Amino acid sequence: MAFNIYDFTTLTHDIHVGLAESFSPFLATTIEWVIVGVVYLLFVALFGLFLVYAERKVCAAFQQRLGPTRVGPWGIFQTIADFIKLLMKELIMPRKADWFLYNLAPFIVIIASFLAIAVLPFAPGLQSLDFDIGVFYLTAVSSVGVIGILLAGWSSNNKFSLIGAMRSGAQILSYELSVSLSLLTMVIFAGSMQFSVIVEHQRDAWFIFSGHLPAIIAFVVFLIAGTAETNRGPFDLAEAESELVAGFHTEYSGIKFAMFFLAEYINLFIVSAVAATVFLGGWMPLHFGNFESFNHVMDFIPPVIWFFMKVLTVIFIIMWFKWTFPRLRVDQILTLEWKYLLPINLVNILLMALVVLTKFHF
Amino acid sequence: MSEIKEVIVKTDRLATDKYQVNMGPQHPSTHGVLRLLVTLEGEKVLNVQPHTGYIHSGIEKMCEAITYPQIIHLTDRMDYLSAHMSNEAVALCVENALQIEVPDRVKYIRTIMDELTRLASHQLWWCVYGMDLGALTTFFYGLRDRELILDIFEETCGARMTVSYNTPGGLMFDIHPNFQKRVKDYIKYFKTKLPEYDQLLSGNVIMRERTEGIGYLTLEEAIDFGVTGPSGRASGFSSDVRKHQPYSAYPLVKFNEILDHRCDSLARYEVRIKEMWESISIIEQLIDNIPEGDYALKMKGVLKLPEGEFYQRVETARGEFGVFIVSDGKKNPYRIKFRSPGFSNLFALNKMAKGHKIADLVAIMSTLDLIIPDIDR
Repeated sequence: MAFNIYDFTTLTHDIHVGLAESFSPFLATTIEWVIVGVVYLLFVALFGLFLVYAERKVCAAFQQRLGPTRVGPWGIFQTIADFIKLLMKELIMPRKADWFLYNLAPFIVIIASFLAIAVLPFAPGLQSLDFDIGVFYLTAVSSVGVIGILLAGWSSNNKFSLIGAMRSGAQILSYELSVSLSLLTMVIFAGSMQFSVIVEHQRDAWFIFSGHLPAIIAFVVFLIAGTAETNRGPFDLAEAESELVAGFHTEYSGIKFAMFFLAEYINLFIVSAVAATVFLGGWMPLHFGNFESFNHVMDFIPPVIWFFMKVLTVIFIIMWFKWTFPRLRVDQILTLEWKYLLPINLVNILLMALVVLTKFHF
Repeated sequence: MSEIKEVIVKTDRLATDKYQVNMGPQHPSTHGVLRLLVTLEGEKVLNVQPHTGYIHSGIEKMCEAITYPQIIHLTDRMDYLSAHMSNEAVALCVENALQIEVPDRVKYIRTIMDELTRLASHQLWWCVYGMDLGALTTFFYGLRDRELILDIFEETCGARMTVSYNTPGGLMFDIHPNFQKRVKDYIKYFKTKLPEYDQLLSGNVIMRERTEGIGYLTLEEAIDFGVTGPSGRASGFSSDVRKHQPYSAYPLVKFNEILDHRCDSLARYEVRIKEMWESISIIEQLIDNIPEGDYALKMKGVLKLPEGEFYQRVETARGEFGVFIVSDGKKNPYRIKFRSPGFSNLFALNKMAKGHKIADLVAIMSTLDLIIPDIDR
């Protein structure tokens, strides 16, 4: 099996051919689905663990302390220990909670995250679903997560959870608009909603460079709206309002809480990955038009490494402003979206349309 | 806790509920064991009713069974962030009752320690304030520098927070030989850090949005409730005991009483930051000029106050702290009463938080800088 780190299509092609030879088409497809599913599950689990660890270390760095250092060298097994602890906890359900919805809610949130990860282009050949309406599919599917949050708050039969869930629901629904509109701006620029085409069009320059002003505005808006989508950063009143209410996942313990927790970090990954793909070129190395030797040097680094470097940079930026800024109040969050981000987005779309029509870009 | 639900049905609107929520004695924020019964309508706070007494330790009653030097050790534990100032209040009250004058060295050292305590207290307030607003990093920055002050206290007084350094007649022991140098080094270091901290919060637009115009307390209301200290001064209530009835070495130093007239949370924040600068200036004026002399007067083994009533007030980091001793000539007081600044400040919370949202309630309570053992005693 040829393993070319620069282009995974050889690997996937070989696997496909191998399976098609040995099994019936139906069985071969099923086995491929299972392989893809298992790979994604493993990736989500491992990357989730890594992100929790990274958050604790980054947060510690901003607070001038060390973070986890005892469990494993440099504390790398800390998250694993935390998850083992969560798995061992008793699953308590409030007596009057709606059993079916209460248990369903964490699954919906995780399923939404998985559906969204499926379309992301990790490297050439490492993209499992390549719809021609990729961006549209992504925004549609990440909206499903809100249902899980609202269900969790409602079915817990707890006043505080309900308040938290309502706030969170209002916040996420509002910021869906900003996310979609800023992605739409870049779709106008790219000319296609298909993720592989978007990445391909950034071969000469990343969109944030070639799309100059409208792309930069869209990037900033996307970062703000993206963190609000994941209930993170300055927009975390739904979960960190533990001064009064303890958020929509109060009544969840053990593995169910771990699902919400993991889903939040996977959403963070998704937001960063989409930002990296649509604005920063996805797995495309940094190329500048006609500088052949420079481009050649940049090509040495495998695309999959480029992708993760970009994603980790965006994740770092998002973590940076979580640990610096105070929290916004719920009415301030909604004001920000409806009175500031939405008009800016609409004007930006117009601007981008003008830029594309007049070809005033690199 | 009983849930009181009143359904208010308006014929032309949706029926709305008033509901009560308990911010129970156990908080995730660090203010202490205080119960707030909050009546809410949606997000809006209609009424806040504080229930105190969860940490009532009977300190005033305990004082009736112990001698005057021993009372000082109990006052540490009430307002533990202004421990030295509370100690000083009792010591001054006893000294004034016995009509003795302490040496100048004692006065200077007491005032320097006062101002260091005020700095430490305001630093802790700052870091908890940031944390309540959501900027969790401020907690670590503030504590890191407060540790340096606590190390100075430990070297000189033997304890970090509950110092018990005062005694009627002077101090327990003389200052450590390193004291002056360490304080001077600390002041030099802190003068570079304080602008940084100030900018981290007050330069931030989110923080301004959350504090400007929130928690309004007019001057008349402040006087009515007896809100002293930085919370009152932010409403323009000039009540600084250090200016109106100076004690120890305060008549000898030049400093400003920080008054602000904006009456909101941002004003309370800025008054405390400016007070930190004033404290630094006071320490700088005194630290090089500590006169030589005794660190305590020779006092009798058993102190008996003459019969009568004696009152002494000091300015702690929270406001005016008063000690009222009723003596009947014995070596224990007949009755001792502490006027705690937190008690008066807390009950202005209802006025300040009415009409605001839940998130604002926590922020407003944080600007009041409450220490619950001080309220409950």
